Amino acid sequence: MSLYELTAHALHEKLKAREITAVELAESIYARINAVEPYVKGYLTLTKDIALEQAHVVDAGFQNGDDMPPLAGIPIAIKDVICTKGVRTTCASKILETFVPPYDATVMTKLNEQGVVMLGKTNMDEFAMGSSTENSAYQITHNPWDLDTIPGGSSGGSAAVVSADTAICSLGSDTGGSIRQPAALCGVVGMKPTYGRVSRYGLVAFASSLDQIGPFTKDVTDCALLLNAICGSDAMDATSVDVPVPDFTQNLINDVEGMKIGIPKEYFTPDLDPEIADRIHAAVAVLEQLGATVEEISLPHTEYAIATYYIIAPAEASANLARYDGVRYGYRNENPADLITMYKKTRSQAFGEEVKRRIMIGTFALSAGYQDAYYKKAQKARTLIKSDFDAAFEKVDVIATPTSPTPAFKIGERTADPLQMYLSDVMTTPASHAGLPGISIPCGFVQSGLPVGLQLLGAPMAEEKVLRVAYTFEQNTEHHLQKPQIGTNGVAS
Amino acid sequence: MATITTEGVQHVANLARLEFNDEETQHFTEQLARILDYIGKLNELETDDVPPTSHIHPHQVVIMGSQDGARHVAKPDVVKPSYPREDVLANAPEAEEGYFGVPRVVDRSH
Repeated sequence: MSLYELTAHALHEKLKAREITAVELAESIYARINAVEPYVKGYLTLTKDIALEQAHVVDAGFQNGDDMPPLAGIPIAIKDVICTKGVRTTCASKILETFVPPYDATVMTKLNEQGVVMLGKTNMDEFAMGSSTENSAYQITHNPWDLDTIPGGSSGGSAAVVSADTAICSLGSDTGGSIRQPAALCGVVGMKPTYGRVSRYGLVAFASSLDQIGPFTKDVTDCALLLNAICGSDAMDATSVDVPVPDFTQNLINDVEGMKIGIPKEYFTPDLDPEIADRIHAAVAVLEQLGATVEEISLPHTEYAIATYYIIAPAEASANLARYDGVRYGYRNENPADLITMYKKTRSQAFGEEVKRRIMIGTFALSAGYQDAYYKKAQKARTLIKSDFDAAFEKVDVIATPTSPTPAFKIGERTADPLQMYLSDVMTTPASHAGLPGISIPCGFVQSGLPVGLQLLGAPMAEEKVLRVAYTFEQNTEHHLQKPQIGTNGVAS
Repeated sequence: MATITTEGVQHVANLARLEFNDEETQHFTEQLARILDYIGKLNELETDDVPPTSHIHPHQVVIMGSQDGARHVAKPDVVKPSYPREDVLANAPEAEEGYFGVPRVVDRSH
């Protein structure tokens, strides 16, 4: 096996034993990037100089026999919505085309303390608004399993590069499913931690009450290692929760005996692809055989999650994106007549259509005369959705659902119809409203060869139970070991 | 819940500091009307006695057994260095004498 195919935990053993160096590992990844990135197009910016410099520092540590952290020397890709000091951070928007953050996001500070090797910044839907990564102002990212299909979104680049072995792991952000859905569609592990687990300082804000950073990895063990590195309260983010961060690797227990898994009947609608329903039922049967107790549960307000989401998230976005006015950073319209004209022309010229659409929905929902009917109504619906989960977790440890109602769809298939695109998030937004931890893990393939993801949700701060069930499933199946044959099942355009 | 007209779209666009030509206005009016129609689904819910959730935090604070937490986050009032002014201004489209530059907002003739 080539180095780029391995997991972070396997590579750590090789680095520690000094079978390989971090520089060799980084070179292996960049060679892989040269070979397949022209097809996948997952990266917006590559940072090879920085990566090699970081790798040299780590190699010196390993050579000294220092006790190196588990992610030292591990090549990682970062979604381009996370601020990286001195490295352009665009949010895949024209409005931030030239923005170079003067500071690191807290997650970057934490990862740098571990000695990770940053490969580059990944493509995404502009400002994380989308479900296919087609809303990037720069490029279309292709799903490594079928280059004619989308990788999911909004963290489509971060999912695709892990799937394509052009990164060992990556960070994304999840507001309504933007980690879990692309992880499912690209056949990798992706996790949104509990809201407040990870500092949002330096994560460019989309919907502040929903946004959360999380990892994409090749297996559940790597997911636990990345969570260990990025979780924890932070004085720079008042919404980060001050609770102890456990060692998540302690939950990598290959045993679900006695655990209760709930299957919400509302997720198995006629809109769910029957092949996906089959794969989910088969996955749940595996867990049942391994000793878990499975019971059907009801989350009655599930059908209202999308409507609720498309008020709350745009409302928060319309406020957060008011800062892009051409004054402090980014694009500015040249020679405007006056200040208001500068704001309007700057924003109208440099925001993409989906971003404008969400700003419009959000501004409308918060405007005089409509706030109670829309925004407040949505906040009340959010309470009902959250209460469904509270009641369910009185009875079960973990909830299992499909991550996405369909496998990856064709590039261009849903771009003409925003509402149809929004419905891609039907399985992921409910947990976002409740701030729950959720993981998507590979659980098989549909007949066309595209991967299917199993979503496992836990109560707030119950990442440990989610990881345990995910790990047990993974240890007893081989879906996560399958690799796409890039370039043989589709043609890059 | 109301639907939205082209005048409504123009009004909201102005609030959001966006501008659209006639074709774009028509396009957004049709799309927003369709999205708002879907969102109208929430009217099926009886919510008079339901408190709103603005944030998930208070719930988590209770879960963790603390009654006092995220809603009262306060830091010691200690002066700490901020980012260097030149670093922050480095991203500005226009900077002058340590400030962000913008088009004139005060008319000198008054």
